[in-house]
Amino acid sequence: MRFMSLIRVNENGAPEGGPSPRMMEEMGKLLDEITKAGVMLDTAGLGRPEETVRVRSEHGKLTVTDGPFAESKEFIGGYAIMQTKSKEEAVEWAKRFAAVHDEGWDITCEVRQVEEPPAG
Amino acid sequence: MDADDDTTGPAAPPPEATDAPSATVAAIEAVWRIEAARLIAGLARLTHDVGLAEELAQDALVAALEQWPRTGVPDRPGAWLTTTARRRAVDRFRRERTYARKLEALAHELPAGAPGADDLARLDEDPIEDDVLRLVFTACHPVLSTEARVALTLRLLGGLRTDEIARAFLVPEATVAQRIVRAKKTLAKAGVPFEVPQGPERAERLASVLGVIYLIFNEGYAATAGDDWMRPALCEDASRLARLLAALMPDEPEAHGLAALLEIQASRAAARTGPSGEPVLLADQDRRRWDPLLIRRGFAALAHAEAAGKAAGAAPGPYTLQAAIAACHARARTARETDWRAIVRLYDALALRAPSPVVALNRAVALGMADGPAAGLAAVDELSGEPSLQGYHLLPTVRGDLLARLGRYEEARAEFAHAATLTRNARERELLRSRAADPRGGVAGTAGGGTTGGGGAAAHTGR
Repeated sequence: MRFMSLIRVNENGAPEGGPSPRMMEEMGKLLDEITKAGVMLDTAGLGRPEETVRVRSEHGKLTVTDGPFAESKEFIGGYAIMQTKSKEEAVEWAKRFAAVHDEGWDITCEVRQVEEPPAG
Repeated sequence: MDADDDTTGPAAPPPEATDAPSATVAAIEAVWRIEAARLIAGLARLTHDVGLAEELAQDALVAALEQWPRTGVPDRPGAWLTTTARRRAVDRFRRERTYARKLEALAHELPAGAPGADDLARLDEDPIEDDVLRLVFTACHPVLSTEARVALTLRLLGGLRTDEIARAFLVPEATVAQRIVRAKKTLAKAGVPFEVPQGPERAERLASVLGVIYLIFNEGYAATAGDDWMRPALCEDASRLARLLAALMPDEPEAHGLAALLEIQASRAAARTGPSGEPVLLADQDRRRWDPLLIRRGFAALAHAEAAGKAAGAAPGPYTLQAAIAACHARARTARETDWRAIVRLYDALALRAPSPVVALNRAVALGMADGPAAGLAAVDELSGEPSLQGYHLLPTVRGDLLARLGRYEEARAEFAHAATLTRNARERELLRSRAADPRGGVAGTAGGGTTGGGGAAAHTGR
């Protein structure tokens, strides 16, 4: 089974200086562990949220809007695609990922199953 | 114990649990999957006994199943399990020491190798990954039967329950349980040291490890018996083990080679069966259904294998060569664009490294694509007397395929009909029967009958 963890960051919960050295180290260790466990298929952080471009199709009307977006309270900071035995396992890894964040952070890992094409 | 009881029946949930117990049990199982290998590996170093280590780990799991539904899953569940298991280990040593002292009075000696405080201290110093690697090599020790190696590897490294292993291999649970018990006894009796072998033994032992993981993958990829064409969960277990091994042995080219091979083969999973579950041969697969993420991972692992091989000054090993062949297929946007010459060359190299009639058969298939069916048929016919291929359904399948491409349909029909009597896979048998009924046509339900010539590619590793 495959799951994607979308990491949503609350804009008030992302410290100015970025992650602390401690958090970076812990995060590195954890990512290494998930990779070595053969679970992590792909992961990446995303670029600056204010440079987001939104391409929208709204009932047939196409609009393209450049960021920043004053109304958004959170942005997607990155993602991880994991292969696990169960949803609970993916959630457990996401918990560990969330847990390495320092107090100043407010992030949400949204764990969703990746639909895999059925055979045939 | 069977942690799955809670999800399958009303009997198991602990009565005192206030939250949804099956959810907690599922969460505990998830923790187990993640922690089992490291937990058992650390305990095996402590106890010098893989069997005992597994029992202690299981005890800790049982304790978690008793406590966590009430208390909730702890923040650091892995640490909880480790502490609990170690405590039990220490209790056991104490009992055994007391016992040993009593023995000593009789025999005037302490048992050699009895672990103590030093081992506990050392446990925190050495990286746990080294222990996991030792566990891999122990579970795949040649002193064990192949079935035992597979069962033990899935159990100790994959965190699978006995009933899950039994289901995957279509054998009774008691058989698997027995296999595991016997395997643990065999390891203890043979005094297999808990280590990664060095020196001359190393190559043979590594070959066993790679072979076990590959076998698990193949068991899932093409069930040798029964009606299921695939048991994808086993493939994922094997891929996971291969990635783990490659991560633990970054300088070992073949560990990356195996990982690459499995990633690329798994990338074809969705394309390998048709709408009614029938197998679709490589040449007929809808390549848009191949998984690009796994292909990309496979290419990356193959690049690692080749780089590690160069660094070691070693010629590519069998898994790396097979991965390179699989990569040739993955690179071709259509079957027609396949670089069959490159594949023939790779099979030549493989035949030098790991000669076998099956490799020769696959080489014949590739040759049939590179130089035409007559050349392929000539190569196949050189193998017809090969004793180990007698009764192997892919020999007549390949021969039938080449004959059909040469327009010799009656002979092709006979070959397919013969092949159908040899395969143990029900789906494959159906496919072969339909080809026997209509040797001119391709695989039922797939387009482009004219390209089924590559169908003989079913023979090679990249089915």
